[in-house]
Amino acid sequence: MDYQSMQLHQLADGLRARDFSSRELTEAVFSTIERKEPVIGAYITLTRDLAMRQADRVDELLSAGLALPPLAGIPGALKDNIATSGIRTTNASRMLADFVPPYDAFVWRILKQQEMVLTGKVNMDEFAMGHSTETSAFHVTRNPYDTTRVPGGSSGGSAAAVASGEACFALGTDTGGSVRQPATLCGIVGMRPTFGLISRRGVTSFSSSLDQVGPMTRSVRDNALLLDALAFFDRKDAQSVERRSDSFVAAMEEPFGQPVIGWPQAYFESGDLLDDVKHQLEKARDFFELIGARIVPIDLEMLDACMAAYYILSSAEGYSNMNRYDGIHYGHRSDHAETLEEIYTLSRSEGLGAEVKRRILLGCFALSSDNFDAFYMKAAKVRTMVVREFEEVFRTCDAILTPVTATPAWHLGTHPEELGGNKYSNDRFTLPPSLTGMPALAVPAGLTDAGLPVGMQLIGPRFSEGTLYRLAAAYEDAHGLLPLPGEVKA
Amino acid sequence: MSITDYESVIGLEVHVELNTTHKAFCECSTTFGAPPNSQVCPVCLAMPGALPVLNREVVDFAIKAGIATHCTIEPVSRFDRKNYFYPDLPKAYQTTQNDFPICTNGYVDVASGDGIRRIRISQIHMEEDAGKLMHHSEGTEIDCNRCGVPLLEIVSEPDARSAEEAVAYLRKLRAIVRYTGISDGKMNEGSLRCDVNLSVRKKGEEAYGTRVEIKNINSFNFVARAIESEFKRQVELLESGGTIVQETRRFDEKTGQTYSMRTKEDAADYRYFPDPDLVPVRVTKEEVEAIRKTIPRMADERKASYMVTYQLTPYEAERLTEDKEMSDFFEDAVAHTSYPKILVNLILADISPLFTEDTVEYPVNPVSLGALSDLLGEDEINSNTGRRILKSLLENDFDPKAYVEEHQLAQINDRSVLEPIVQAAIATNKRAVKDYLGGKETALRAVIGFAMKATQGRANPLLVEEMIHEAIVE
Repeated sequence: MDYQSMQLHQLADGLRARDFSSRELTEAVFSTIERKEPVIGAYITLTRDLAMRQADRVDELLSAGLALPPLAGIPGALKDNIATSGIRTTNASRMLADFVPPYDAFVWRILKQQEMVLTGKVNMDEFAMGHSTETSAFHVTRNPYDTTRVPGGSSGGSAAAVASGEACFALGTDTGGSVRQPATLCGIVGMRPTFGLISRRGVTSFSSSLDQVGPMTRSVRDNALLLDALAFFDRKDAQSVERRSDSFVAAMEEPFGQPVIGWPQAYFESGDLLDDVKHQLEKARDFFELIGARIVPIDLEMLDACMAAYYILSSAEGYSNMNRYDGIHYGHRSDHAETLEEIYTLSRSEGLGAEVKRRILLGCFALSSDNFDAFYMKAAKVRTMVVREFEEVFRTCDAILTPVTATPAWHLGTHPEELGGNKYSNDRFTLPPSLTGMPALAVPAGLTDAGLPVGMQLIGPRFSEGTLYRLAAAYEDAHGLLPLPGEVKA
Repeated sequence: MSITDYESVIGLEVHVELNTTHKAFCECSTTFGAPPNSQVCPVCLAMPGALPVLNREVVDFAIKAGIATHCTIEPVSRFDRKNYFYPDLPKAYQTTQNDFPICTNGYVDVASGDGIRRIRISQIHMEEDAGKLMHHSEGTEIDCNRCGVPLLEIVSEPDARSAEEAVAYLRKLRAIVRYTGISDGKMNEGSLRCDVNLSVRKKGEEAYGTRVEIKNINSFNFVARAIESEFKRQVELLESGGTIVQETRRFDEKTGQTYSMRTKEDAADYRYFPDPDLVPVRVTKEEVEAIRKTIPRMADERKASYMVTYQLTPYEAERLTEDKEMSDFFEDAVAHTSYPKILVNLILADISPLFTEDTVEYPVNPVSLGALSDLLGEDEINSNTGRRILKSLLENDFDPKAYVEEHQLAQINDRSVLEPIVQAAIATNKRAVKDYLGGKETALRAVIGFAMKATQGRANPLLVEEMIHEAIVE
């Protein structure tokens, strides 16, 4: 069955019309997985038996005439930092290679209640620290649009699974861009919602004040539908916030109107952007103007400071959050340790990868009493200033249009520089929403001449997800979904 | 110079384990003594993705402690992470309040010599306990039941000047946590733990000396001994030309000495920073006022009321109120007697030693003790008999009045009954009478003793003395 050309609401309709069963849909997805997975490498753990049981159950419930939530019976994947009771949750780390949590993440629990079908747990950068999924302790994941290239990261497995049809949707997590950047490089839609809109409970903490779960889907409509299924208040996440929209799908379908879109002129003149990316963004800007938006140039003076602030704050929190992986209570413990000190040092040396260690050391440095004021405190102040600057912009703008990345996907084993980008500024555009807690939506803008996806980012003030979906849906309706990637060659 | 030319300057950090129903950041029970690792969950075991949520009861208890110690209750406070590795700390950081504590700038007044010493409290902050390590010959086991149990740390200014004042301050704090019901204050179960900061200086000097911290002392007695021995050590060191090193020391209960654990140079860098998993703690004035109303009358208030209502001396009132259980006991018993002074004497002389640091139950029925006070007050029994009855009451409870009748213990106040006994006493102790008349006052005791013995101790000793005196002098 050709499920890959169907959006989630169409799959939901098909299931209810008995055009196909959840079992058939799930088997079709697994047959794609069997065919493509040896090349793509999106998954760490497949849960085929569970998926088939879940699918059969949904078929029974539908046969009995029950009204089920939209996601019921549709196969999706979870990033492997989302706790799944009884199913190993590795965080793509040797440290937790055998860790089976005895509890469910909030998002998994509510999606289970909505009868989703779980295909498995997808690959990621170790502990979500990385931009290419290459820091996974297990294997690389390849970009479905060009399997010699990275899928982005850290939610690279989620993005690759959705783009390749190895899942109908996926959840990723976004700390500094880890949903939006891989979504863009793999040509799908990724939302980083308002901080707190989706519970973080049971999602492994990297940087607690920045981590957010995000829906990753092929279309904008799918994304709104998935966010509707995820955004619930959780009293056991102290940062959880109540949603302000009953339905993001409904908000998306409101008239386009005459929104004001901020255009950060300096971004586009800095020369950081690859021409291909710049042209796609200008095309998008012109389109929005054409259909009634007012484009206003804006200055974002704090932008350059975001990078340093982000790395200091995320590494500081990451340092503290990583220390629990000490070989004592659970996770990898070295076979060679004889003293307590050796349990700590050897277990961590063996269990954690180079990128994670790099961030731990950076955070450890930034928090030490000699450096605290010059690094952590200063970064915290920058963060406050970034928030102020964006709040100021949103007094007059409904959204800001930016690139997601400066370049499309680069080759495995290399860096964005190979494409003329800059290793450090490639993801500068994704950082302000992370630091401000404001929502940002990454949407495919088109393909480069070489057939690589390019994305745009729409940033809005807190709780403006509906507006962002509305703008993105207008673009998507006019341009259609990106063509599916070609069949992979083993 | 000698040791008497020096004074100690003492600040105390007191950890109080709160008796909330649940842990500070999860819903696990806090019951003491449960089987190892039976009161744990993903949050207190620090499993990946587990998130803390502050138990509001902890905030309420902290506010109670703050009100009872005259602190400012801060409208906004914040939790920080104190990062360090230890096997009893699954998260590898302790959640605590470093920069913005919930209570600031309070004090408690303690009796010192004839006067009062005000010990200022710089801050009270909320934090969490760690687990317990159990070392065996085969290895070490970890019990995480205490992980995440809420604590208050009460930090004083360096205002105490002696071991007595330090202990008086601790007793007062223990009374406060018991009065407010936020902790059982049991030192032997670790509900109350104390770190002492001590420096010495010559009397009359303003500047502080170099401070030494003595960690984790777990009884009032040890606190006093640790302070005395550390004071002596520092003074001797200075007198012999040495200098004090800023360091952390531990008190050895067996030797009565302190010994060095680590110096300032090895002090850990805890890399404190605001805990990003938790939101700032906000407290409204209305909440503080509502909690203020739930606090029972505190020691100082009771002390003042006892002095007025029962004409007790300041000393008696202070002693009665330093322990909430003892004070409650007094209030329960005083309702059953018309002789509060006698009751107070009984409590302070014979019962107060039974209220130890960790007593939670009354050692004797307050109704019976009230009745006993009446018997004494009405001269129905004498003090010897009273003491004997009290001793029996401590073993099992009964009605003293019925007991006195049943065992014919009533005091003999009848002159006609005592007259022949007094005559016999004089007749058999002629030598003592002669000595007494010769000016040896104590000689009369033998005569009185004879009469008391002859009545199995039931004679009214004052009356007997009076009658003997009348008989021999007139």
